[in-house]
Amino acid sequence: MTTLIEVNKLSRQFGEHCVVDDVSFFLKKGEVLGFLGPNGAGKSTTMKMICGTLAPTLGSVKINGYDMLEQPKLAKAELGCLPEIPPLYPELTVDEFLHYCAKLHGVSKPSLKQAVDHGKEKCALTEVGDRLIGNLSKGFQQRVGIAQAILHNPSVVVLDEPTVGLDPMQIMEIRQLIRDLGKEHSVILSTHILSEVQQSCSRVQIIHQGKLVLSEGIDDLTARMTSSTLKVQLRQPPELADLQAINAVTEVDLLGDQHFRLHHLPEHKLAEEFAELAVKNHWGLLHLNEEKHSMEEIFISLTKDTEINE
Amino acid sequence: MNSFTIAARELRSLFLSPLAWTLLGVTQLLFAYLFLSQVDYYLTIQAKLAGITAAPGITDLIVAPILGNAATILLLITPLLTMRLISDERRNKTISLLFSAPISMTEIILGKFLATFAFLMVVLLLVSLMPLSLLSIGSLDSGKFLAGLLGMVLLLASFSALGVYMSAIAPQPTIAAVGSFGVLLLLWIIDWSSNVSDSASDVLSYLSILHHFENLLQGLVNSTDVIYFILFIGSFLILSIKRLDNDRLQK
Repeated sequence: MTTLIEVNKLSRQFGEHCVVDDVSFFLKKGEVLGFLGPNGAGKSTTMKMICGTLAPTLGSVKINGYDMLEQPKLAKAELGCLPEIPPLYPELTVDEFLHYCAKLHGVSKPSLKQAVDHGKEKCALTEVGDRLIGNLSKGFQQRVGIAQAILHNPSVVVLDEPTVGLDPMQIMEIRQLIRDLGKEHSVILSTHILSEVQQSCSRVQIIHQGKLVLSEGIDDLTARMTSSTLKVQLRQPPELADLQAINAVTEVDLLGDQHFRLHHLPEHKLAEEFAELAVKNHWGLLHLNEEKHSMEEIFISLTKDTEINE
Repeated sequence: MNSFTIAARELRSLFLSPLAWTLLGVTQLLFAYLFLSQVDYYLTIQAKLAGITAAPGITDLIVAPILGNAATILLLITPLLTMRLISDERRNKTISLLFSAPISMTEIILGKFLATFAFLMVVLLLVSLMPLSLLSIGSLDSGKFLAGLLGMVLLLASFSALGVYMSAIAPQPTIAAVGSFGVLLLLWIIDWSSNVSDSASDVLSYLSILHHFENLLQGLVNSTDVIYFILFIGSFLILSIKRLDNDRLQK
């Protein structure tokens, strides 16, 4: 598969303040990357540098093999961006605006109408084509912003918080749209809604204080979430060594009187096995709980860790 | 090509707002009044002129003053037209649409410049219709008239270039308007003090827009004057491109 985005040691400083620090990643065709981070982590700054609206202090961005600084026109032609605040002209109608954007992105005259129609159809804007953008609701404006980013069929789509201000139905539609886009394009999606990432992304990156603290596939993340610990309470607990001897158990923590936490190999489903064992040995099983980490917990632990480290 | 797309969008937005129509209406009213009073003045002195050999004709007495007055009025009005060009896009964050599109900073600036210039050309067309209407009762010195028009074209292009630059550096439209008005007026009157000392007055009179413009109005097409305007336009456009590029590089 072709690598569509290559971000290499990207750094950005505003004066003394380092907002993005040595961020590197790449994205292949057909991947949807979720970009997470608390406020002020450097998400938007990174997105702006990928879109070419902000020059990096150090490092490089390559879109489909074209360097953003050396061949900006070729790189930007492969790119569709929706910034945090959608860039819309309220005095134009949706059709006029989309035609203008298509022309700016070098869509040739014969295919102009088709590109605009296609974009409108994808974002469910067909009925509002002749209305003024200024008179549309926030949700529709957001969709015009998305349509603007995809109508020239770019190979990379960058969306900065695309579902802000949409109602739940529209959010579902936009997520579906993002998944569809992910089939033919690479998509970078920045958001602070964690469930959104779980639903629409194939990879996740968490940025904190300008540094990447996590970068892995959504499957690995799901594995991390379906935890590998059991919390048990036993009325007549055996020796620690006995618990340790159970198949697939790697470690046992004594949490207090009668309470234990068993760490086991993640691929092993221990809960059922442990229940049978406890009954057989008359340990008096009172409580058995498979611990789950929510995405929020992972997010918080990751962003907290670095704070402690500093 | 992209510059024309940007210019077309800019003009469209301009004509969708009442600003363009108001400017056209108000300026036309002012020009018409000035034109009428100039014609009136010519009629009162026509009898005296008949006795003088090589007396100034209607081109000198009506057309040149009309164009001169039009230039002064447009000096007041162009800053209002150019103030929003870039500062408004920056404030509304629509500038990122241009930055992330495959177009260069030069094309953005040229597009903005062309839009203003095209609008001012419409104004100029409407103004020059008035002297042309005199053709029905007499004849114009076409050489002088064309030199005057050339002067207006170069002058209005200079106004636009400065306006674009001021809009690129100003954080708010009103500041851009005040800035470009101030600079234009200063360059207009800079040689009024030119008889203070000789060496300085040469420099000051070269800097003065009015000085170069008046030569053209009188029908003198000097390469010095034309080059002055071209340098003026070129430098402010290049400065604007640099300033816009700075947005991307901001520290």
